[in-house]
Amino acid sequence: MAKSTAGQQGSKVRSDCYIEITSKRIGGIKLEFKSKVDVMYGESIRTTILDMCKFFELKHVNILVEDYGALPTTLMARFEMAVKRLNPKMEKEYLPDFNKKNKYTTVKDKLRRSRLYLPGNEPKFYPNAGLHKPDGVILDLEDSVAPPEKDSAQLIVRNALRAIDFYGSERMVRINQLPQGLDDLKYIVPHNIHVILIPKVETAEQIKEVDAEVQRLRKLHKIKNDIFFMPIIESALGVINAYEIATASNNNCALAIGLEDYTADIGTQRTNEGKESFFARASLVNAAKAAGIQAIDTVFSDVNDMDALRESVLEAKGLGFEGKGCIHPRQIQVVHEAFAPTEVEITKAQKIVAAFEDAKSKGLGVVSIGSKMIDAPVVKRAINTLKIVEKIK
Amino acid sequence: MKLVKNAAGRLVPTEINGKKVIPFKGVNKYKPTGNKYGAPIKSCSDYPLDGNKVAKNLCEALKKAGLKNGMTISTHHHLRNGDILTNILFDTINSMGVKNIRWFPSASFPVHEHLIQYLEDGTIHHIEGSMNGPLGKYTSEGKMKGTGVLRSHGGRYQSIQDGDVHVNIAVIAAPTADPLGNATGDRGKSACGLLGFALADSEYADNVIVVTDNLIPFPCSPWQIQGNNVDHVVEVDSLGDPAKIVSGTTQVTKSPDRLLIAEYVADFLEHSGILKDGFSFQAGAGGTNLAFALYLKEKMIKKNIKARFIRGGSTKYLVEMLEEDLTDYILDGQTFDLEGVRSMRENSGHLNTSPFTSYNFHGKGNFASMIDAVVLGATEVDINFNANVVTHSDGYLLHGIGGWQNCMFGKTVILAIPSFRDRIPVIVDEVTTLVAPGELVDVIVTERGIAINPKRKDLLKAVEGSGLPIKTIKEIYKEVNEICGGKPAKPKVNKDEVVAIIKWVDGTVIDSVFKVEK
Repeated sequence: MAKSTAGQQGSKVRSDCYIEITSKRIGGIKLEFKSKVDVMYGESIRTTILDMCKFFELKHVNILVEDYGALPTTLMARFEMAVKRLNPKMEKEYLPDFNKKNKYTTVKDKLRRSRLYLPGNEPKFYPNAGLHKPDGVILDLEDSVAPPEKDSAQLIVRNALRAIDFYGSERMVRINQLPQGLDDLKYIVPHNIHVILIPKVETAEQIKEVDAEVQRLRKLHKIKNDIFFMPIIESALGVINAYEIATASNNNCALAIGLEDYTADIGTQRTNEGKESFFARASLVNAAKAAGIQAIDTVFSDVNDMDALRESVLEAKGLGFEGKGCIHPRQIQVVHEAFAPTEVEITKAQKIVAAFEDAKSKGLGVVSIGSKMIDAPVVKRAINTLKIVEKIK
Repeated sequence: MKLVKNAAGRLVPTEINGKKVIPFKGVNKYKPTGNKYGAPIKSCSDYPLDGNKVAKNLCEALKKAGLKNGMTISTHHHLRNGDILTNILFDTINSMGVKNIRWFPSASFPVHEHLIQYLEDGTIHHIEGSMNGPLGKYTSEGKMKGTGVLRSHGGRYQSIQDGDVHVNIAVIAAPTADPLGNATGDRGKSACGLLGFALADSEYADNVIVVTDNLIPFPCSPWQIQGNNVDHVVEVDSLGDPAKIVSGTTQVTKSPDRLLIAEYVADFLEHSGILKDGFSFQAGAGGTNLAFALYLKEKMIKKNIKARFIRGGSTKYLVEMLEEDLTDYILDGQTFDLEGVRSMRENSGHLNTSPFTSYNFHGKGNFASMIDAVVLGATEVDINFNANVVTHSDGYLLHGIGGWQNCMFGKTVILAIPSFRDRIPVIVDEVTTLVAPGELVDVIVTERGIAINPKRKDLLKAVEGSGLPIKTIKEIYKEVNEICGGKPAKPKVNKDEVVAIIKWVDGTVIDSVFKVEK
């Protein structure tokens, strides 16, 4: 008799479940079931479990389900995990229906001011994440997932991409560091992923490896939508190679920096002042801009200090960054406000663009406001400012 | 048990615990005639002229009060989950061999799980008050001998005043009292704030016993309870656990989803035009409500708006608003933390209220209907805006009504609730138990959007173009069902067995709670 388990157990668990499957030679399927939503959804849960038994051809098993209000997609992922841990050769996938609200696509230069990290193996955070209106949600397979649960997180994230409505937020997944991360791709590429965050990138070669595997999977699954990459630079070597990394694939939409690992790599610690990372951040902005993609700053980790967050975003904006990582939904609004062009900036930009249009229509080579001449880069910046205003709307 | 359909279409009994009851007739439809209940006349010559009514102990006081089988004993919940006195009271009654008591608390708490043994052995016949947690489970499974009755705080006052409930002995926990029986809750080691819930009992009960763990020489000032209504005074070592009577600090929720709901409520008040100088609002002490008050406060400061009064369970957050001159008054119905208690003692703008002044439906007006915006919770709301606050979707009794029903008469009633909890939908097709008719519920604020009752055309118009996520309640209902995996099944209940009835604010029966079949 072999036994496998999956999911989470304990009085503090919510919106998740625990599954135990014990295989036996005879006796058919025996289901033991405890649920806090037994009255409301007990029948539906039993039906799902029995359907999955049929799908995975389980004939003689004892099944224990302890349910703490797991949504159907979570229950399915947990059960499938238990099946696959019992029988590692099982390759079939029990997929929840693809929610038709999840068919939206993205564009390469989408606004990416805020990206909200969601731990891959914690499905309770998923259904409401999009309500807080981050520009992107990141389902994280990397640092927030304990090594023994990497396989669970793959299934939870796959099912979430199919079933959970993220309300228009860009759909991102952070895969694991290569080579492990290459294995993650088959769980996400077929399910309308928009942006893949690739952690701890040090060489252009790594991006090419991911790109090749993504293209293989796209062809295999006949995926038509664009899938973009956001390499995360988290080491001294990565910083040195930033431009090569940024230009390694046409599918790169941004370069991001991760400072915890970077400061460890150069043998120092993060300070609020950030002198130790100035070189890296400035290099990264420069490399990204040279490659024509976005530069995205690290996460801000003190969830209680909104003033410091605002300061940090304004500083990042000053350095040329266009986005910041969030680890709590309450940070999103502050990040958006801080990245937004100010009234003064907008008014000035409108004047400059109006003068530019005027000059163009009159066939003049020189743009001027009053007696002041306006240089071409100033016009470009004004146009950019108004583009951002347009996107925020 | 014979059941009839009341005006809300719910099945209710016409007789409960051997007494006739009136089915709900509609909002503002039932108007009783006649006179209020009159308490027996007493003569001061029968009481000690030196004003010393101190009895040896609780047992002696109960004996002097003539305790016998089948009596109605009332207690009050101002000690909340720190209440030890009620448990000691029933230990004493049990040791005296008295049976079949009707327990008439203003609310019960998890600490009262201790009393299940007395429901089992017949000391207590049934409960008329609230049946929370373990008591709710016990009642829902049909184990209580009599049928439970749930009333709002205002309904409790009304039931005593109208003579629906005749209280034989009221036992009032008093954090400070004098030998005459003057009592206050705003000081003493068990300080809890105010004693308003005990007002009706002190006025109308046959016998009133004040129990204190801080007996001081006459006069006890202020006297929230008047000694002239009191028969006996008992001194005990401790009324309860101070840490559970009031919290040291009340916590605002950290849940991002609840904060989002709170923010939407504050935004709604702003965009609907309710937030203006001289306005009033009520917010409870639940995490979401506290957060709402904080968001509202920011807006008030920004727009230079001052409230005339705030009704509440008072907390340090409301106290700060009073002290920062953002409101003229706090009308306090229940004090939740130490700062609230301190403010009540020190600040003349921090007023004591009672279920009589705030809520009583059979009075010449009450404060509840004068409030511009009331923010409440609920266990369920249905697509017709009907709301439930007493049972869970699995059919079990979970909470008391508190002032919730009474607050339904506020000018704009807002229910701030998550659209589902874990996998349990809160927006449903039909409430498990009807506690407030949908015609009184104006706005539902969830993390998935704000639904305005279609009859509030003024509000719908006011928030047009505001950018608020306005949806219909059916849209939210549909979305929740999609997330939770279909429409939830209804609990299996035995429609022949009513375990408790829900009274409306006028004393009529608005719904029944049925025995849960396991």
